[in-house]
This record gives sequence, C-alpha cells and structure tokens, in this order.
Amino acid sequence: MLEIRNLQASVEGKPILRGIDLEVKAGEVHAIMGPNGSGKSTLAQVLAGREGYEVTGGEVRYLGHDLLAMAPEVRAREGVFLAFQYPVEIPGVSNAYLLKAALNGVRRHRGLPELDAMDFLALVRQNMKRMGMADDMLYRSVNEGFSGGEKKRNEILQMSVLEPRLALLDETDSGLDIDALQVVADGINAMRGPERAVVMVTHYQRLLGHVVPDFVHVLSQGRIVRSGGRDLALELEERGYGWLDGAAAPQAGPPERAAP
Amino acid sequence: MNAESRDRFVAEFRRVEAALPGAKVPWVVRARSLALARFADSGLPTLRDEDWKYTSLARIEKRAFRALPSGAPGSAAPPGLAAGLAFDGLPGHVIVFVDGRHVPALSHIGGLPAGVIVGSLADALERMPERLEAFLPDDTRHTVLGALNTAFMSDGAFVYVPRGVAVAEPIHWLFIATRQDAALHPRNLLVAEEGAQATVIEQHADLGSVACLTNAVTQIFASRGSVVEHCKLQRQSPEAIHLAGIHALQGQGSRFTSHSIAVGAALARHDITATLDAEGCEAELNGLYLAEGRQHVDHHTRIDHARAGGTSREHYRGVLDGASRGVFNGRVIVHPGAQRTDAHQANHNLLLSRDAEVDTKPQLEIYADDVKCTHGATVGQLDEAQLFYLRSRGLEEAAARSLLTHAFARDVIERIRASSLRAHVERLLLARLPGGAQVREPA
Ligand SMILES: Nc1ncnc2c1ncn2[C@@H]1O[C@H](COP(=O)(O)OP(=O)(O)OP(=O)(O)O)[C@@H](O)[C@H]1O
Ligand SMILES: [Mg+2]
Repeated sequence: MLEIRNLQASVEGKPILRGIDLEVKAGEVHAIMGPNGSGKSTLAQVLAGREGYEVTGGEVRYLGHDLLAMAPEVRAREGVFLAFQYPVEIPGVSNAYLLKAALNGVRRHRGLPELDAMDFLALVRQNMKRMGMADDMLYRSVNEGFSGGEKKRNEILQMSVLEPRLALLDETDSGLDIDALQVVADGINAMRGPERAVVMVTHYQRLLGHVVPDFVHVLSQGRIVRSGGRDLALELEERGYGWLDGAAAPQAGPPERAAP
Repeated sequence: MNAESRDRFVAEFRRVEAALPGAKVPWVVRARSLALARFADSGLPTLRDEDWKYTSLARIEKRAFRALPSGAPGSAAPPGLAAGLAFDGLPGHVIVFVDGRHVPALSHIGGLPAGVIVGSLADALERMPERLEAFLPDDTRHTVLGALNTAFMSDGAFVYVPRGVAVAEPIHWLFIATRQDAALHPRNLLVAEEGAQATVIEQHADLGSVACLTNAVTQIFASRGSVVEHCKLQRQSPEAIHLAGIHALQGQGSRFTSHSIAVGAALARHDITATLDAEGCEAELNGLYLAEGRQHVDHHTRIDHARAGGTSREHYRGVLDGASRGVFNGRVIVHPGAQRTDAHQANHNLLLSRDAEVDTKPQLEIYADDVKCTHGATVGQLDEAQLFYLRSRGLEEAAARSLLTHAFARDVIERIRASSLRAHVERLLLARLPGGAQVREPA
C-alpha cells in the first residue's frame, strides 16, 4: 500500500529526514517510535503533503501511485488520513461543516452520492456516541477551546467518519486519560481490516497494549535505525533509545554522529 | 486646496439651491449657506489633512459631478427596479430613494405604532420643518464633507420613534443610484425618544455600474434609555465614490450599535462617530470591509466618552484582495471626568494578495484616570496550518481559502442582532467572497 524509499526532506535548508525506507502492506499496523525531534511528525506531515517541507530525495508510492505528486486534498480523497499531533483550531468553522465537506468530498471522489443532512447527522452522531463525545461538539468551531484529549478524540472521530485506507496517527495517544485511551484504541482497532493500514507514531507502550502492531520501527535523526516486532517496543521501554544510536551507527553510517 | 473643484461645487449650489427642499424655510436656508461657506473656506480635504493621510479625493477633483435638483422626478425609476435588488426576503418597512429622491411607489411601510414617523426628509422639510430644526443643522461633526452635505442635502429618511415605543421590524432605507456623474447628498435623520427602540438598515446600491458620487450623512439621536441598531450596507458599483458620515449622539443609559458592511465602490470613506454624552451609555461599532481590484475603503471611527460609566466596543475586520487598500483609524477619546469608562477596540485584517495593503491605527486619548481601555490590531494572511488541516481533510485549496476567509469575516456579521438582517448580510458576504458560493452551512 505504502512504499517509502530513501525519503529525504529538509525544512528551511535543514535536513530532517535523511533516507527513510518503509513498506506498509494492506492489513498491517506499524508503530513508529523514537526520541523527540527525530523526525516522526515530519515524516507524517510529508506523507500528508504539508508545504514547507522540501523533499530532497527518494520516493513514496501509495497504491502504486506517486504520492508526493498529489495535492494534500487529493491524498485525502484517495484515502490518506493524518491525525495531527497538534490538531489545528479553526475558529468560525464548525466541526459539522468540516466533517460534511470532508465526507462529501471523499464520496464524490469515489463516485458515491453525497449524503444528505439526515444521513450525515445519523452517521456522525453514531460515531460521536462511540467516541463518547457530546452532541454539542458538532456545532462548536473545529478544535477551538477543546481540551487536549478532546482534540485527539475529534481526530479519531474524523477518521471513523472518513474511513481512510491509510491512517497516519501522530501521537494520538498522548494526553489521553485511561478511558479516552481505550476509546481511541477501539476507534483505531475498528479501522483495522484487510484493505486498510495504520501507521501510528507513539512514545508509549500503553497504546501498543490496546492496538497491537505488526511492526515497530525506531526513528532516530531522520532514519529508521531499528525495526522489529511488538517485542522491540518492550525492549525500548526497558532500555530507552541510547543503546540504539550506537547500534545504528555502523549500519546506517550517519554523517554526524550523535554525542554518546 | 483644489480651488477648481471647490468652485465647481459652489457653482452647482447656485444652480440648484432654489430647488432644494426647505427653500422657503429660513433656518434651512441659513444652515445651507453657512455650510456652503464652511465648505468654500477649506475645499475638499487633501492628503495633507491628518484625517485624510491615506485617502485621496483627487478623483472627485478631476470630475464634474452634477447635483440633481430635488425637483427632478425620482419616479423615473424603471419598473421592477426594487425586485431586481437583492433585498427581497428582508422583512420590515422599506423606504426607497432613487438618485437621492424618495420613490413612494417602490416603498412599502407596514403598520407602525402610533406616533412613529417613517418617511422622506425632503417631505418633512416642507411639511413639518419645526420637528427637524432641533436636530438637522446640528452635528455633522463639523467635517467639510458634512458641511457639503448640509448645503446640498436633498432627501433621505426621516424616522421618529416616540417615547417608550419599540418598532419591532427593521426599517430599511434603500438608496439606489442610476445616473452617471450625479452628485448625491442623501441626509438621514433618526430620532429615538426616551426608551424607544428601533433597528434601521441603510443600504446603498447601484443599478448597473454607475460612476456617481454619494456624500451621505446620517444623524442618530438616541435619547435616554433608547436602543438603536444601525446597519449600513455599502454595496455600490465598482466605479462609484461613496463618502459617508454616521453620527450618533447618545443620552443617558442608551445603547447604540452600528454595523458598517462595506463591499462596494471604487473609493469609500466612512466616518462613524458615537458621542456618549451622558452617563452609562453603551456604544458598539462593528465593521466589515471587503475590497478587491483597486478598491480603496477607509473607515474612520471616533468614540467620545464624554461622561462617566460608558462602555464602548469596537470590532472591525477587513478582507483585502487584489491591489486594494484598506484604512482603519479608530479614535477613542475619554474626556476629563469620564471615569469608569470601559473601552475596547479591535481591528483585524486579512490580506489575500501580496499587493493588497492596509493601514490600521488605533488612537486612544485618555484624560481620565479610572478607565479601562484596550485595543489591538492585526494584519495577516490566511493561516497556513489551518489551510493545510482543511486540505488534509480533502477540501480543495480554493474552498479551504474561502472557508477560512468566510469564517474570519463572519465574526463581524454574527454581531448583528436582527436575525433576518444577519442572514441577509451573510448571503451578501458569500456572494462577494471568492468561491463563496461553495461555502454553505450544513443543515
Ligand atoms: N518548520 C520547522 N522549522 C524548523 N525546524 C523544524 C520545523 N519543523 C520541524 N523542525 C525540526 O525538525 C526536527 C524533527 O521534528 P519532528 O516534529 O518531526 O520531530 P518528532 O520526532 O515528531 O518529535 P516529537 O516526538 O517531539 O513529536 C526537529 O528538530 C524540529 O525542530
Ligand atoms: Mg512529533
């Protein structure tokens, strides 16, 4: 579904992604871990098409197409969904408006009829209920004044309504209370299926207990320095990231080596 | 001063004065000639005047606009005119002026509470000048353009709401210009007696594209305890010049709200003032200006806190596209003794193109010590993070831009209290924004 080859990207001339290779097949769940500032969000944003990140090398194929050539909205309509680490507040635009515009955009793209107001509301309400969100959230401005956890739930609500093929979840588990984590995890698990894939960035073992990944990768200084199964996450939990830099150095050969 | 343009206006005055309304009423004649003398003294403002630093009237100087004598029949309006203008769906009383003249055939005034007058000012000047004398000569804020209006004032709306009476439905003053090169000087007067309540809409629109000059003045007298909401919709055609003064004088505990929605004209200048002339007044001045191409739109507001315990709120927003230019100057004066004044002003501007410009200036002058005054002004572009968020949800870039622009502008529209009017203005806004047609609220 997603093939990333030697992806390199810079911000303001500063290289952030320095050769990422990653393959995600339909049906799989991948977890990406790694220290702060290692490039996890950058990777997610580049995949979603954020301007301002300059792709300086490599390629990304999504369902066989050149993902990087597509506008962000086309990626979204083709089924790529990014749950933001920091969901953006948009005063004056209601959640309902955004959801409806997004959903009908996707449906038109797929050759499906647009949903009318009744069907739309029924669909959204049902999903909100599952997410434990109050109805009035629908008519509030997108993320404006939402608590950290409410913003994250809102991202998952959007995901459940839009039913993407590839979900990129950037620290959707951060800042959630225990119940919310369960709700969000249920939302992600409901997304799983043979036709879909999930890439989730996380710092915590906790989420991986609820959503068991098929693969775990460690991103460090813009490269994937280690990949493994579920056990890798447990090992990281115990040992931190320090041991990896050294381990990664010979095989990855970073130009500037991290201070020991 | 440009003497040539001044002389042209003076000559025009001589040509039409005998036909102006109230020509047989001594105080009216006196007011006109005093005003003309004041105008002749200084001529049109120039960039050298502090208040006109950013707005040039050179295009008036270069052109000969003809005053329309009030004898000219206003009924020349083409049939179906009113229907063609998008004010249908607006409930309430409508009084229509075509080229500055009241057209009864196009107006419809519904049932009004006893004592309420909604009519033509020219008519009132002829039939009941004594009712106007206390208000009309006074207070055009001593501006040169106000004086020019007083000299030439032809017709306009006269609304009188007696003590304790509330007019439930909005009263709509609709000004339509049809004549090329006409100089129109509409004059409106709204008097709300003690405890009275009224909402008026003052709309200026053109039939087709009309290069005319409008120099309008609206005086509002909001007596003790009255509640007055005035909503100006300036949507003149792209060649028009629109100059306007709106001046409110407030009595004790009165509440005055002004909305200025300006989307039209090549050159527009709005001077809006509120004088909180007694204790405990509330004034709210809101404004939204949208400009594109080479449009120039200027708002100068002035709030005088003359007495203690007054509250003023000011929310202005501008959306500037193309090579347009916006000007906002918000003056707030807290006079000596106006203790416990609470004043807040905000002006936010959205630049949609690189060539658009805005000059925004808060001007606070505080001569009392127990006051709370805040202000803030911003000039910016659409937020990239918001745009990307919307696009990442599948919204086309153009649609995302329109949506954010609309959301920005709506902040002002939501402040309009009369709900039918709010909906009307929102439709107007949508029609005017790039890609606005795509922005619809979901049911
Ligand atoms: N717009 C930007 N301008 C300058 N530097 C940036 C910009 N965006 C990201 N960076 C830098 O790129 C690096 C990677 O940032 P990124 O947000 O991808 O890290 P991350 O792995 O997601 O970290 P965290 O775990 O803290 O979320 C950081 O050093 C960051 O400061
Ligand atoms: Mg991050």
